[in-house]
Amino acid sequence: MPLELYLDLFSQPCRSVYIFAKKNNIPFDFKKISLMEGDHYGEDFGKVNMMRKVPAMRDGEFCLAESVAMMIYMVEKFKTPDYWYPADLHKRARVNEYLSWQHMSIRMHGSKMFWVKVLIPKIMGREVPQEKRDAAIEDLDESLKWLEEKFLQDGPFIAGDHISLADLVAIVEVYQPVGAGVDVFEGRPKLSAWRDRVRQEIGPELFDEAHQGIMGAIEVVKTLDSSKMQAFRPRIQKMFF
Amino acid sequence: MTLELFLDLHSQPCRAVYIFAKKENIPFEYKKVDLASGQQYREEFGQISIVRKVPVLKDGDFILTESIAILMYLAEKFGTSDHWYPSDLQKKARVNEYLSWQHKAVRESGSKIFWFRAMVPILTGAPVEQERMDSAVEDLSSSLTVFEEKFLQKRSFITGQDISLADLVALVELMQPVGTGFDVFEGRPVLSAWRDRVKREIGESLFDEAHQVLMNAHALPQVLKDNGMLDFLKPRLKKLFN
Repeated sequence: MPLELYLDLFSQPCRSVYIFAKKNNIPFDFKKISLMEGDHYGEDFGKVNMMRKVPAMRDGEFCLAESVAMMIYMVEKFKTPDYWYPADLHKRARVNEYLSWQHMSIRMHGSKMFWVKVLIPKIMGREVPQEKRDAAIEDLDESLKWLEEKFLQDGPFIAGDHISLADLVAIVEVYQPVGAGVDVFEGRPKLSAWRDRVRQEIGPELFDEAHQGIMGAIEVVKTLDSSKMQAFRPRIQKMFF
Repeated sequence: MTLELFLDLHSQPCRAVYIFAKKENIPFEYKKVDLASGQQYREEFGQISIVRKVPVLKDGDFILTESIAILMYLAEKFGTSDHWYPSDLQKKARVNEYLSWQHKAVRESGSKIFWFRAMVPILTGAPVEQERMDSAVEDLSSSLTVFEEKFLQKRSFITGQDISLADLVALVELMQPVGTGFDVFEGRPVLSAWRDRVKREIGESLFDEAHQVLMNAHALPQVLKDNGMLDFLKPRLKKLFN
């Protein structure tokens, strides 16, 4: 019985898991979960992940959440090429360092941009106050700065000469604000060059396929019925207004 | 040349690294970084780590940040007992799952409560708005429920019978609000029993030693008043907890 991967490609960590599995020819059942349609509240999905988040994985009886954990599991179970998660102590440490750092930096700030620019205006019927929008951009800029200055430096990739899980996790997060209409690559030649390399290593076709959803997200959100999204209102009000 | 660990034990991830290294008898040089005096902003520390955070590991020329990366590096390099980061595929996955989830869950809300109670009054001259405090408490409570219902369930430890890096990281984070007198364990017998088991596995003496400065956190406002660093630290620290 193949692995089951529960994914919504609007979600960054779902994209990294999807790309990783496809790139490494890992056989899996794609179980589509549409967050916008509330699929994650379904009873069956609750049995796979009681936290009701994506991505989620089921391997026989074994269920697992958290994209980083899932990819490391796949690395070991399917014995993927070493460079994804190098056995070398120092290189692996660099990958782990990035995978840890990114949760509360680029992931958080990139996700926030998507909410601030696309989802919140739709749900609330008005823009987030300028001050908060500026703060969100500032935070994102800072994370991108660290990505370039600390993690990339002069290397072609985060852990050195070859692509790894770190670059994969980084690129999918960096694309979230892009999907929100924020061109993070403008004025950042180093980041752009790295993006080109990563896309090339993954394979342009696979990369573009995985990002098709998020790149069209603005249009999709326009078509949504905002009256069905009002559950988010109180929290948004508290955080942004 | 011995490993250097740059630590301030007020910080949860520093405590995890400290406890692990001590417990597994990993030889290291303890390099104290005094966050309350702004040492992380000085030139010397900036040479060690440009992100200016703790913990940091320095092994010869190799410098590493992020406690989880450091813990895994130490486990691998020093061949620590298997239960900390099990070679078993599924058990290892459970550890990784917890270590990934906790950043935005327990760590974030636990840190906020500590921050609001121990630092905001001295930094701003007023207590934090009740609404923000209530929100952080609510978030922590939700995270603790997930912790009990998903990560622990009826097991003794997160992976089952044995303590792992997941339990260690979990407990040091949960202790953070406790340092300000906020008892996260109150009314949670399952959590309390787990805490007692983890403490016992680590060793009460080592656990208490690692948590000594934290439990003295009420002294921080006076420390900040006395060391004259308040004005320097205010704008920098405010950014951390918006």
